[in-house]
Amino acid sequence: MTGTTTGAEPQTWTGRALPRLEDPAILRGWGTYVADVAARDPGCLHVRFVRSAHASGRILSITAPPGVTMFTAADLDGVQPIRAVLHRPDFVAVATPVLATDVVRFVGEPIALVVADSEAEAEDALDRVEVEIEELPAVLSTQHAVSGHAPLVHDVEFPGDPNTVVDGHIHTDGFDAAFAAADRVVAIQVSSARQSAMPLEARAAHAAYDRATGRSTLHATLQMPHVTRTGIADSLGISEDDLRVVSPDVGGGFGAKMTLAREDIALVWVSRRLRRDVAWIETREENFLAAWHSREQVYDIEGAFTADGDLVALRGDLVCDVGAYCCSPVTWGVEPLMALAELPGPYKVEHYSVRSRGITTNKCPIAPYRGVSRPMQVLAMERLFDVAAAELELDRVDIRHRNLISEFPHRAPSGLVLDQASHQETLAAAVELADLSDFRARQAAAREAGRYLGIGISCFAERTGYGTPAFVARNQPYELPRTASPDVITPGYERVLLTMDPSGGVVLRIGAAPHGQGLRTTLTQVVCDQLGISPEAVRVIDSDTDATPYGWGSFASRAMVIAGGASMLAAQDLAERLRGLAAARLGGLPDDIDLTDGAARLRGTDDAVALSVLARDVYHSAHLLPDKGQPALESVGFYDPSGTFANACHVAEVEVDVETGQVDIHRFLVAEDAGRLINPAIVDGQIHGGVAQGVANALYEELVYDERGVLVTTSLMDYLPPTVHEMPSIEILHLETISPASLTGAKGVGEGGTIGAPAALANAISDALEPFGVGVFHLPATPHRVRAAIRDGEDLHVVARPVPRPEKEAD
Amino acid sequence: MSIPSAVPVRLYVNGDRYDVSVEPRRTLADALREDCGLTGTHLGCEHGVCGACTVLVDGQPMRSCLMFAVQAEGSSVRTVEGLAIDDTTLHPVQQAFWEHHGLQCGFCTPGFLTLAAGYLEEHPDAGEAELRDVLSSNLCRCTGYQNIVKATLAAQQAMNGDPDGDTDGDTDTDADVGGEPA
Amino acid sequence: MKPSPFEYVAPTSMEEALAVLAGDPDETKVLAGGQSLVPMMNFRLARPERLVDINRIPGIAGTDVVADRLVIRTRTRHLALQNTSLPGPLGHLLRHAAAKVGHLPIRTRGTFGGSLAHCDAASEWCLVASLLDADITAESQARGSRTIAAADFFRSIFTTALEPDEILTSVSLPLLDDSWTAGIAEFARRAGDFGIVTATAAVQVVDGTVTEARVSLGGVGEVPFRSVAAESTMRGEAWTTDLITAAAQAAAEEVDPPSDIHGDAAYRRDLVRALLPRALGRP
Repeated sequence: MTGTTTGAEPQTWTGRALPRLEDPAILRGWGTYVADVAARDPGCLHVRFVRSAHASGRILSITAPPGVTMFTAADLDGVQPIRAVLHRPDFVAVATPVLATDVVRFVGEPIALVVADSEAEAEDALDRVEVEIEELPAVLSTQHAVSGHAPLVHDVEFPGDPNTVVDGHIHTDGFDAAFAAADRVVAIQVSSARQSAMPLEARAAHAAYDRATGRSTLHATLQMPHVTRTGIADSLGISEDDLRVVSPDVGGGFGAKMTLAREDIALVWVSRRLRRDVAWIETREENFLAAWHSREQVYDIEGAFTADGDLVALRGDLVCDVGAYCCSPVTWGVEPLMALAELPGPYKVEHYSVRSRGITTNKCPIAPYRGVSRPMQVLAMERLFDVAAAELELDRVDIRHRNLISEFPHRAPSGLVLDQASHQETLAAAVELADLSDFRARQAAAREAGRYLGIGISCFAERTGYGTPAFVARNQPYELPRTASPDVITPGYERVLLTMDPSGGVVLRIGAAPHGQGLRTTLTQVVCDQLGISPEAVRVIDSDTDATPYGWGSFASRAMVIAGGASMLAAQDLAERLRGLAAARLGGLPDDIDLTDGAARLRGTDDAVALSVLARDVYHSAHLLPDKGQPALESVGFYDPSGTFANACHVAEVEVDVETGQVDIHRFLVAEDAGRLINPAIVDGQIHGGVAQGVANALYEELVYDERGVLVTTSLMDYLPPTVHEMPSIEILHLETISPASLTGAKGVGEGGTIGAPAALANAISDALEPFGVGVFHLPATPHRVRAAIRDGEDLHVVARPVPRPEKEAD
Repeated sequence: MSIPSAVPVRLYVNGDRYDVSVEPRRTLADALREDCGLTGTHLGCEHGVCGACTVLVDGQPMRSCLMFAVQAEGSSVRTVEGLAIDDTTLHPVQQAFWEHHGLQCGFCTPGFLTLAAGYLEEHPDAGEAELRDVLSSNLCRCTGYQNIVKATLAAQQAMNGDPDGDTDGDTDTDADVGGEPA
Repeated sequence: MKPSPFEYVAPTSMEEALAVLAGDPDETKVLAGGQSLVPMMNFRLARPERLVDINRIPGIAGTDVVADRLVIRTRTRHLALQNTSLPGPLGHLLRHAAAKVGHLPIRTRGTFGGSLAHCDAASEWCLVASLLDADITAESQARGSRTIAAADFFRSIFTTALEPDEILTSVSLPLLDDSWTAGIAEFARRAGDFGIVTATAAVQVVDGTVTEARVSLGGVGEVPFRSVAAESTMRGEAWTTDLITAAAQAAAEEVDPPSDIHGDAAYRRDLVRALLPRALGRP
């Protein structure tokens, strides 16, 4: 079922652009972010980390003068390194020490920490620490890493090529014959620079120690509080009940706050060691250096087409630079394995031969950032179709329609199953809104006047709501050993706990952990519809391991789908109990009872009993409970879907200033199908923000390492998130395909904007530059690169870092 | 190392007087947060680019991370906590940000609110381009700025007494999301 | 991102400020708007032992017209220049240059004199001073007042002719009559960023002929670059679009720009070629 939104006000809470329940406090400045916890704790000590200035080296000495309180790896007796594992033969696991032990592997790696009474004094102390490091040759590119004459970033066994930590392959039967038989093979290479998720609140943590119980409480800015608790407890060798992890208001995450941080472990350790409250408020510079990077990928792909434009076979060699250490829990397989499984996106292709690798280098570790490798997958596929259309002299829209999936469910060559979606319809809707023929007329007129306009399309399928089955698929099948743990972390499900108290107030406790998405509001809307109550009666409790069921937090556009489905189930369960209790009082069967406006009503009569009355009597007149049930109104919701696919088509209209290489976005359209819209304003907000990060990826943001592996973009004067001035107005059109793969009908929407925008912009710029015979194949398409492409008449491609010559040839 | 001792500073923040004792190197932002207990002012970069720490000093928007507390001696400072009319009534800019979903994670929000409120109070007739230029002073990582612009324009209408300003709190009718600002 | 400790002095007269500076010139920095100095201190790239804050000294902000020159006192905020009502080509240039200095909350605080003393090669005010051959007045306790020509003032990146015990007190610029056209064109990655390349230009045209031409370029060297080639290309010639193109070409060939992550030398030459005509507008 596919429909477009009508704009009519729904009669339900879901579907309304309800103002967010989170906002009044934040608007008044009454939010609580982690740094605020520290600011309100005048007795707390402050930590700064001593970080490596070298990409690769051996630590010779770390010394602090008297008066400086410093801890190094030598002090962390018994503290275990972080070790994330996938169960597959090509996967290489390494240990990430909490503080670097004998070697450093990237600039910014923490090697010691100092403690002082204030942040400023901690920085004074940091200035006085002397670190002696013997610099070793660094591996700064994937080409060098696998060349056979590069050092190994980790001293471990590599089953395949050197420094190759994940090496996935899919080769379908009959590929070679199909590929050879094609009318035309189109080969392209696309690539992306390193980028940072850069939440406006950098990382921060405050660890409190309670002498009475010996218990620690960590406030940290996180997307996965429960998993963080597990990781820290594992590392410190303490029981999880000795640690409470709380994520208060989180100032943006975008993936960057889902990975276990060495610094957070160290902070809890030092707090327990000193039996004091300690805080670490990451600086923006540290955030750029050490708080995870992403997106440094090069994809070589070849599409084998019929003369009519059918893509019959797709070959790919996908390379991801995953940096120096393996992120936990999703591992450094996250980018390459997602690309391996999902590269074709919304396009049907029968024959598939793809190799996808993660390669370790002496740079900041990668971790998920909004979209993970999908912005690159979409860039690859969408540039491929535009280039193929040009070579085959086909229309760019037609070639997409020919190849988009239109029958569901669809089994992709990787085995993924795509559920009901509207790939054809979103493309058609976006193209209609864009008015291509009008654009072509304007483009022609502009060219006459020396102005260069371009339009670009991108279509994508965004896999969302990954449940356990999706994460299982990243591993080879394994059994539980008899007495040991397999050490593999397989995320996926969500549980919620819903209670109605004696006053009729409803509390929803969730394992998901929002970081700005308004999840409390949307889950409240879901619960209100089931229970017939209004949002004032609902409180959502999240992000506190003492108060919520174990869960996987918020990432991968999962929270609304999975926590939303679990909340719906819990609310249905509670509603069922309430209907039974009401039927016993009012007469009739439970199915004759409607829950509306805070009361249970016998359908067809004026008889009603307030839910607060039912609730009070459950607790206080338990001996009279008609259903002989327990004296509590509680339900547990559990949901573990296999995943669903949102889809969208983005259209970008740009103008390129060919003298300066500046790209201005004149228009940006999104035809989005995220299933049922629980709160349309929140959905639009996710799209807006996603597109902004896509624009940033495409045109502005880039982390640059110099030839020694030193990060040079460590301020917001060098790393350039767009301001409002650089952002176009975004026009959004919604389609709503209701898929059985999601209980609420909602599909995830957190990442789509970021996934589709870069490819649409690359295609638009390439369209604008068509008179110059050059196209964009590397992002960001910064002004100097665009200008160089025009000046030199060469496509905009990645410039490979020179591979150091082997030592024996260096003489 | 000898650290110059703390010096007394008198700040007037949101109409209240704060007598604090700070090291000269204490920025105004840190003094507001740690010495005055006003943690609504956020620090996102501490080098003057992101604007999360923007406050009004004697009515003018300034980066409180680029000013030392000692320099604000005797000045009148207005922070996000000082914008609301009272405990039940938000400033029109706050109200509009709420109604138009002008925030997500909320970390940048205090800076945008002080910036927009300060400017609109002084320039009630500012055009959209002018307001966009002012708003380009600060970074937001969540909203793509769409609803920040929309909210700022709506706040301007409300502050100018335009009945279409949509500040009556009846926001359920605000289904026209994703479209152009009214 | 917290500064090193420092001693703070906030004198209420210039004499007092100069005396503080004279006491320990090498370890004392003047704090004006602080919009460049304080970020450097937060990064601990600057660690002055003492700051002398000139914000409490009366009478050192604002502008005056003195004979045929405009005198800009040192603590004049960028915003005041953006809002100047000065008529003519100079007023036009000042308003447009000021509007490109950072963002509003920077312009409310940062100062004209501070920008010149800081001497960032991409600074709009350094370019304007260079373009118009400003006279820059500095004072010290030991030697009193002296005037430095802009051509001698900007020495290298972050380095000027100011002695450590001197404070820049005012700058004078020639008022340009209506025979002049002056403008600025800047290419920055985002609104409010420092320009990668900035072109400033002023030409005097009498009866269709260029009688005087000045071009100063930012982002192509350590200090503002006066393009002698562009100026001499235009001087004495008919004021046409082709002339401007030729001047831009001459400037692009003359500069020897640096390379960084935002663009290499060839790109900066391209920008010079693109921006100089935009600074001059159409004849």
